[in-house]
Amino acid sequence: MKILVAVKRVIDYNVQIRVKEDGSGVHTDNVKMSTNPPDDNATEESVKLKESGKVKEIVAVTIGDDKAQETVRKALAVGADRGIHVKSDTYIEPLGIAKILKKVVEKEKPDMVFLGKQAIDDDCNQTGQMLAAMLNWPQATFSSKVTLKDKSMEIVREIDEGLETVEVNLPAVVTCDLRLNEPRYASLPNIMKAKKKPIDQMIAKDLGVDITNRVQQLKVEEPPKRKAGIKVANVAELVSKLKNEAKVI
Amino acid sequence: MSVLLIAEHNNKNLKPFTLNAITAASKIDPEVHVLVAGSGSESVAKEAASIPLVKKVLHCDSPNYQNYLPENLAPLVTKHSEKYDHIVASANTFGKNFMPRVAAALDTSQVSDIIKVNSPDTFVRPIYAGNAFATVKSNDKKRCVTIRPTSFEPAPKTGGSAQIEKVDAADVPNFSKFVKREETKSERPELGTARIVVSGGRGLESGENFKLITDIADKLNAAVGASRAAVDAGYISNDHQVGQTGKVVVPDLYIAVGISGAIQHLAGMKESKIIVAINKDGEAPIFSIADYGLEADLFKALPEFLSELNKLNTIQK
Repeated sequence: MKILVAVKRVIDYNVQIRVKEDGSGVHTDNVKMSTNPPDDNATEESVKLKESGKVKEIVAVTIGDDKAQETVRKALAVGADRGIHVKSDTYIEPLGIAKILKKVVEKEKPDMVFLGKQAIDDDCNQTGQMLAAMLNWPQATFSSKVTLKDKSMEIVREIDEGLETVEVNLPAVVTCDLRLNEPRYASLPNIMKAKKKPIDQMIAKDLGVDITNRVQQLKVEEPPKRKAGIKVANVAELVSKLKNEAKVI
Repeated sequence: MSVLLIAEHNNKNLKPFTLNAITAASKIDPEVHVLVAGSGSESVAKEAASIPLVKKVLHCDSPNYQNYLPENLAPLVTKHSEKYDHIVASANTFGKNFMPRVAAALDTSQVSDIIKVNSPDTFVRPIYAGNAFATVKSNDKKRCVTIRPTSFEPAPKTGGSAQIEKVDAADVPNFSKFVKREETKSERPELGTARIVVSGGRGLESGENFKLITDIADKLNAAVGASRAAVDAGYISNDHQVGQTGKVVVPDLYIAVGISGAIQHLAGMKESKIIVAINKDGEAPIFSIADYGLEADLFKALPEFLSELNKLNTIQK
């Protein structure tokens, strides 16, 4: 079987982002970038399935500018076999990304597509579900446990009420939760080996899909700041403040 | 010119966040229609029809919709979307799961997790874990929108009498199957709507120690929350997680215990009215957003907190 895993380059999760003064977005110059965290879980799960012997090939794909290739290199360093970079120098919304991924799926014909459940930059939580709909495939979102069978997958999903188990026929799209697994670190020899693995390049606007953005970002601003609070000396003072000042208990 | 809102329910009752989504939908367009898709779900359709803001209920009852599998639900929503300019649902695991399938089928770009309606085509939504607010304008003719429930008040439940129209089911693809759902049963208020939330983090050090948190929660009639670190460590189940990829809560009082305050956790609770932080590390980032910070060892502070609460004559419920 074959897996396509999609990875996105985002501002690193530890960076405190700064909003641009002109309201046009957030600062990205000289800011640490890395792979979207749940996309690492998607890669890790693919590699585990390959190690179990059920999966023969993993193809890692990213969409973005030249630097986005770093995310594919990272996936190659932990076990993906080859990469695809769909080049685009401008932002593409999830709808357009899903259309591009559909093109890649039609070319590569994987049995499964793994993605992170949400990108931590735009927080849209759409791409995997849109891709599944466009392909007319089933989906398993927010997955925290994946069991691969012959022609299907049993997936445990994290939902608001607790856990849900579904079974989806292959081919299927899986979006990964952070608790699915613990992504491994690439060893230095594997990082060196990954440099020799092939990355094919495609150009987003040449794929023949409409990737025009439909949602216009009018402005980006800082959220209202909270007023500075106080430190209390002890528990008795805390309870007294909550009772008499804040009046919440 | 109207809005179609997809109700979340358990085939007996509406889920509370549907009421918040109805409020948001009515700000987009007052002509709010609600689609109830379920199995044996007549009582839900009646409940939706009695909400004064709801002008019409579309009811589709079929075993195919019992467990709201997105592969089954999305084609139904798409089928009945023709007359509507907006398709709306809550931005929780229910809405997040099926709405992008609808948007893709309609070739429309979804606007996720809005916190404010500026006009029928312009919305405010948090990005980067709520560290920035983006004002966005949708240029699509038909718009799919998901709503952050805690940013809107719940709509009043009774007094309305909307017409209930039975609508046809859609074809189902039969390539996915519901197996089971393990819901965490609790006597405590629901995390998403509780007036008070007491949350524990890695500082609790074990699942057993979470009793210190639940004792306080029970005293205050509060819900129990947790940081991702505590859930990852297995101290408590995933449905308690508050944060960017967990639940967003906006209680009157949020008490964070042994939680350092990573950006991802703050994303889920920093709109709370009053925030209390109890942490032994005086430099922990959680203190920068806390109204009341107590630098203390939680294993000493929590039993003391409980005994102080026990001394109070009255506690607001």
